[in-house]
Amino acid sequence: MRRVLPACAVLACTLSLVSQPLPCTAAEPAGDAAAFGELLKLLAARQHGHVTFTEVQQLSILDQPLHSSGELLYDAPNRLEKRTLEPRSEDLLLENGVLTVERNHHRRSVALRDFPQAAPFVESVRATLAGDRAALEHYFTVHFSGNLDRWSLELTPADTALRRTVQRVLIAGEHDRIRTVEVHQSDGDSSTLTIGPELTP
Amino acid sequence: MRRGGVAATLIWALCAILAVIIVLHAHYTADLSAFLPRRASATQRLLVEQLREGPAAHLIIAAISGGDADTRAEVSSRMAARLRTDPSFAAIDNGDEAQLQRDREFLFQHRYLLSQRVTPERFTTSGLHEAIGEALDVLSSPAGPLVKPLFLRDPTLETLAIIESLDASHAPHIASGVWSSPDGSRALILAHTRASGADIDGQQAACAALKGSFAAALATLPSPRRAALTLSMSGPPVFAVAARATIKGEVWRLSSLSAACIVVLLLAVYRSLPVLALTLVPVASGALAGVAAVALGFPAVHGLTLGFGVTLIGESVDYAIYLFIQRAGDPRHVLWPTIRLGVLTSICGFAALLPSAFTGLAQLGLYSIAGLTAAALVTRFVLPAWLQRMPPVRDLTGVGTFVGRLVARLYPARATLLVLALLAGTLLYLHRGALWSRELAALSPIRASDMQLDEQLRAEAGAPDVRYVVVAPAADRESALAAADALSARLSPLIDAGVIGGFESAARFLPPLATQEARRVSLPPAPVLRSRLEEALRGLPLTATRLEPFVQDIERARTAPLLGPADLATISLGRAVGALLVRSPSGWSALLPVSARGSGDLPSTAVEAIRSAVAGTPMRAELLDLKGEADRLYSGYLRDAVRLALGGLVAIVLLLSFALRSPARVIRVAAPLMLSVLTVAAVLVSLGHSLTILHIVGMLLIVAVGSNYALFFDRTATHSQAGSMPLVLASLLTANLATVIAFGVLACSSVPVLADLGTTVAPGTLLALLFAAWLAQPPAATGAAPT
Repeated sequence: MRRVLPACAVLACTLSLVSQPLPCTAAEPAGDAAAFGELLKLLAARQHGHVTFTEVQQLSILDQPLHSSGELLYDAPNRLEKRTLEPRSEDLLLENGVLTVERNHHRRSVALRDFPQAAPFVESVRATLAGDRAALEHYFTVHFSGNLDRWSLELTPADTALRRTVQRVLIAGEHDRIRTVEVHQSDGDSSTLTIGPELTP
Repeated sequence: MRRGGVAATLIWALCAILAVIIVLHAHYTADLSAFLPRRASATQRLLVEQLREGPAAHLIIAAISGGDADTRAEVSSRMAARLRTDPSFAAIDNGDEAQLQRDREFLFQHRYLLSQRVTPERFTTSGLHEAIGEALDVLSSPAGPLVKPLFLRDPTLETLAIIESLDASHAPHIASGVWSSPDGSRALILAHTRASGADIDGQQAACAALKGSFAAALATLPSPRRAALTLSMSGPPVFAVAARATIKGEVWRLSSLSAACIVVLLLAVYRSLPVLALTLVPVASGALAGVAAVALGFPAVHGLTLGFGVTLIGESVDYAIYLFIQRAGDPRHVLWPTIRLGVLTSICGFAALLPSAFTGLAQLGLYSIAGLTAAALVTRFVLPAWLQRMPPVRDLTGVGTFVGRLVARLYPARATLLVLALLAGTLLYLHRGALWSRELAALSPIRASDMQLDEQLRAEAGAPDVRYVVVAPAADRESALAAADALSARLSPLIDAGVIGGFESAARFLPPLATQEARRVSLPPAPVLRSRLEEALRGLPLTATRLEPFVQDIERARTAPLLGPADLATISLGRAVGALLVRSPSGWSALLPVSARGSGDLPSTAVEAIRSAVAGTPMRAELLDLKGEADRLYSGYLRDAVRLALGGLVAIVLLLSFALRSPARVIRVAAPLMLSVLTVAAVLVSLGHSLTILHIVGMLLIVAVGSNYALFFDRTATHSQAGSMPLVLASLLTANLATVIAFGVLACSSVPVLADLGTTVAPGTLLALLFAAWLAQPPAATGAAPT
């Protein structure tokens, strides 16, 4: 007797999205190339972060936005944890390419590379925090604007299929701190993550 | 004499023609069936059924390697498209969008019948509040984009619940839109052939179609892209086809090789082509008679039995050699009684195999008996008539005399043999624990490297070999599904407790009707649902009117028909139900394969936990250890074979006692045979081999062939007119060389069963001759002296 059907679980990852190849179009960042390089160096120098966040999601299928808040923890370069405390607790951990979600005492782990459609957005924040230019430019066309005191990065998915889901990701910040992460979806929905002050351990 | 010769030739020719006709019309097989019992318990039947006809027996895993992911995906899709129109296949799964779409569609459409969470409580005001609240969390999580398109129709996320309940741990990965290995280096296709496991021609056609579709897909690519791509295939159908081809090829190659070697040997001995040609007549007749007898006695001739044909050359050629070399004197009086006794001895040995439950063994027994009888009869009645027209063969008295002197020098050292016997006995005693190979895999004709590839592809494709299966017998399909459902409830806690990794159940895709009905009646009518939603959505960021599509879907689900097996026909999930719900002559069985956490076998504590979880259920479920069961089956054969071989031994001793009428002579004849069997077994075991069933057959062959040697020595020593001792020695030496060549060649085979046979018989017969000569009563005056 052998296991005959492996198909089921694939459904989990491709419930509604078509997974498509990610061409490696390394686009030159426009704008102030030197300042962008400086910024990445600055970000890469940060080894640890522990901040609060609030997130607002505007979904067209809902009448009111979804609010959530919690804490973000970061350890350079490959560990990013998002602990949502309100309205319900949920723990999201990205560590070395594995995404683990814990909700209602149920834990689910997936390898990020199995979710080509989700990977870029999870990576956008981590790669920015890590100053990981290669990862950023693997997934996105990056547009830098402003200066080190007040900068913003506009990330446009390099892959056309991905652009059908997400139009762009806007990350804004000051020096080595990220202030907001906005994800604009192609259907008009959007989410804004606002990062609060550093928490002392 | 002349008239008798003509009559004998005519009868021989008639029989030969008849045998050729039978052989040409026989069925041939090379699958596992030779290793399956003719009588079996219910559990064994289930096991055998699964091996032969189970869905796994129809599964081919194809892997496309080389090139880049896009090219592999393109080839995979083209192959799948072409194969889906091929009647050789019941289904082609490659993880592509079209197939996933159908599966998703099915789960989504029937979510309220399939989801375990559908209960009356879930659709109360508080149940809805809770469920939708949770769904909103998912919506705001990274999985949000996945569930968003479904949310307004499925705000309690039943679809997600179903998908999460499926055992996801082994799913293949996706690269460029099709199934791929986890490292992304190859694209995977699962092809379910329509031909049954036993229909190797059908499986061969399916394999060819797969290769053809690969070639056709490559042809559409520009040459730089196609260059690096390769296709590898694995799975029972591939193995069966390859095994048949290997056995066929080996049988042909080895037969030709040993025939060529023996021809050279005999040519050197006879120095006469016509005599050589005559020698091969009994050999060919014997092989023909053997196959014909098996074709008549069994539904299909196994490839291994044909492989055994090679071995028969080794013994049947002996008769002609004795005849030609010892022609001096009247062969009818001198040779025939000895050969007759030798043949009878062999028949006694092989007849013991006939009642074996092991089809392969029974076939070998019948083959040998028919083959040896035919070869001996041809030697006795057909050859002498032809021989009269032949020139005499070279006189080998000189060689015989020389060998006789060598043997004579050994006589004083006979005590050595006693030491040897003690030594061999001690060695066997020391290795008594690891004497016998208890694993069926020891007989598998599949190469270890192929097995490894298969294991790897299976793991990657999420179709690993399952060792433990919970089996529940049932009277009909519905009760089997109900049993699967009830067992699922008992096994689920073991997953949560981390005891097992997961299990599969047909009831997940096709719940029993009673369960479906219970879920259907849990759904509230539209007006009730609307008013409950009003209240349930208080404090949540959406209003009830938004969820009108949900209300409509529930209303449809309330009146939709329940799911039956036919509804699953077009989706890949349906294959799982077919695999997990087995129909047998005695009724139905629900199968729940259990997998360990992580990789590897279940630990014994987990096995115990499952046993106690399913124990005492009204449906008489039990945990089946498939590998253990298969090995037990094989151990059964092995015990059977040992017992039968011992029975054969007793029969041989009785026969010899009757024919020779002297205990001393019986011992003289039997001792060299026992001693060589003992020595060969001791050497094999010391070299780290475990003895298999084929070694036992080999030992029987040592006795069969060696008995001729011993009987000739016995006869020469006791009958004054028995012919010249040097000529007897020369003929025995020639015959033995032919046997050693035939089996020595076999020992080089890549098919383990044939190699086992060769490594036993080649040294065994050599030793048998040596020991027989050593122990022979020295022919007082004339023996070693030149004539």
